[in-house]
Amino acid sequence: MISIKNIKKSFNQVNVLNGINLDVAKGESMVVIGGSGTGKSVLLKVILGLIQPDSGEIFLEDQSLSHIGREQFLARFGMLFQGGALFDSLNVWQNISFRLVRGNGRINAKEAREIAEQKLQRVGLKPDILELFPSELSGGMQKRVGLARAIASNPEIIFFDEPTTGLDPIMAGVINELIREIVVEMGVTAITITHDMASARAIGDKVAMIHNGIVQWTGRITDLEKSNDPYLIQFLKGSSSGPIKLTS
Amino acid sequence: MTTYKAISSVLRPVGRSTLDLFQVIGKIFLFVVETLSHFLRPPYYWKELTSSIFNIGYLSLPVVGLTALFTGGALALQIYSGGARFNAESVVPSIVAIGMVRELGPVLGGLMVAGRVASSIAAELGTMKVTEQIDALKTLSTHPIKYLTIPRVLATTISLPILVAIGDIIGILGGYLVAINRLDFNGSVYLTNTINFLEIGDITSGLIKASVFGFIVAIMGCYHGQNSNGGAQGVGKATINAVVSSSVLILTANYLLTELFF
Ligand SMILES: Nc1ncnc2c1ncn2[C@@H]1O[C@H](COP(=O)(O)OP(=O)(O)OP(=O)(O)O)[C@@H](O)[C@H]1O
Ligand SMILES: [Mg+2]
Repeated sequence: MISIKNIKKSFNQVNVLNGINLDVAKGESMVVIGGSGTGKSVLLKVILGLIQPDSGEIFLEDQSLSHIGREQFLARFGMLFQGGALFDSLNVWQNISFRLVRGNGRINAKEAREIAEQKLQRVGLKPDILELFPSELSGGMQKRVGLARAIASNPEIIFFDEPTTGLDPIMAGVINELIREIVVEMGVTAITITHDMASARAIGDKVAMIHNGIVQWTGRITDLEKSNDPYLIQFLKGSSSGPIKLTS
Repeated sequence: MTTYKAISSVLRPVGRSTLDLFQVIGKIFLFVVETLSHFLRPPYYWKELTSSIFNIGYLSLPVVGLTALFTGGALALQIYSGGARFNAESVVPSIVAIGMVRELGPVLGGLMVAGRVASSIAAELGTMKVTEQIDALKTLSTHPIKYLTIPRVLATTISLPILVAIGDIIGILGGYLVAINRLDFNGSVYLTNTINFLEIGDITSGLIKASVFGFIVAIMGCYHGQNSNGGAQGVGKATINAVVSSSVLILTANYLLTELFF
């Protein structure tokens, strides 16, 4: 469904992405892991078109994104940002239905509110928070509202940027479960960035580990333990000795 | 060799900051061009526009009104004491009027709004930038310039002339109150003098200035906000830059426009 071909990107002569190649099949949940500063967020932003790569191409169903156009791509796509990234000036239902009342085929406020309510229920929240503003919600609730916004327009592809960081273990478990359920029941293609291996195991079908600007290892989540890749083994063990050097 | 080093160590920072300044001017110019190009293409976000007009225009009324009131009063006293030196106390109404309408109304109104609005726009958009809300907007197929910049720019460009017009009236009223209470002017003579003296061109030139100043305030707030980075500190810096640059640009534009209308 999504093919990432030889993406390169450097900032101020520092190579961050050195030729990333990655394929994600339709309906598959891909988890991207890797140390801090290895360029995982940059990779997501490149796919989204928020950052222009130096070279390389992204394909969606064998069509280059530059041909499909970003608008067409974004219409089929949802994203959960790391901090939720809810709009401070809008209340919960306006946040969830943001795209629905604006994009093509826009709907009226009453319908939008109803859909927002459904999506809110889907992420396990009660409708009594529909009128609240993001600043009145806890971090875990913001994440869930962000999730409701990401699925509001029934996307085919969803990105999750570190969905469990900053949450307590129980809330992290709840979010993992929700993401897994939603991915399965909506049949979406998902790409998740995470440092949290428990989360990776809960959400993913496949894993890609990024190191030195390339995909160092990729395979099924069930094959993680069987791998003898020294980089992966060190990452999984969280050990400071091994081929991964802490340079900065 | 050492003198060469000394000279270059003094000149280098100057050269660097001059180059940086030109770079920033170029970027702001491009930002203005991009904003203007979005004016012409839908979609338009009317709800954002009306709420911006309320927040920026209506809520600035007390600040602009108070500034004008006291400026008008002080102006009457100053002109009276200056005029008394050549027995021309009677010029107070006409000079208060022309001073407020052509110069002090728009400039002080613009500067007050710069302090109040450029800072709040920069802080709001800067926070949106660092909390990824602007990225979120883009992924929800909404252009930040259309959704954030255009409503704010339109709101200040429309609101500031209205604020200044109200401020002019309040400023003249301030001069009037001081003149009849402290300087023993006759109220109806004062008002007739004011009204007979002012020309329509005085008023329109002041309001055109105000409109330009409004545009400057929102553009600077949006530019610095949307380009902020580096967390809370970056937002603070963006806020300062927005206020300082819009104030300096207002004073610069004021001189240029005054030359133009001279
Ligand atoms: N806009 C930018 N300008 C300059 N450098 C950048 C920019 N964005 C990212 N970088 C650099 O790219 C590198 C990778 O950053 P990125 O945020 O992708 O890391 P990450 O893998 O997501 O790390 P983490 O797990 O800590 O979030 C970092 O060294 C960062 O400084
Ligand atoms: Mg990251």
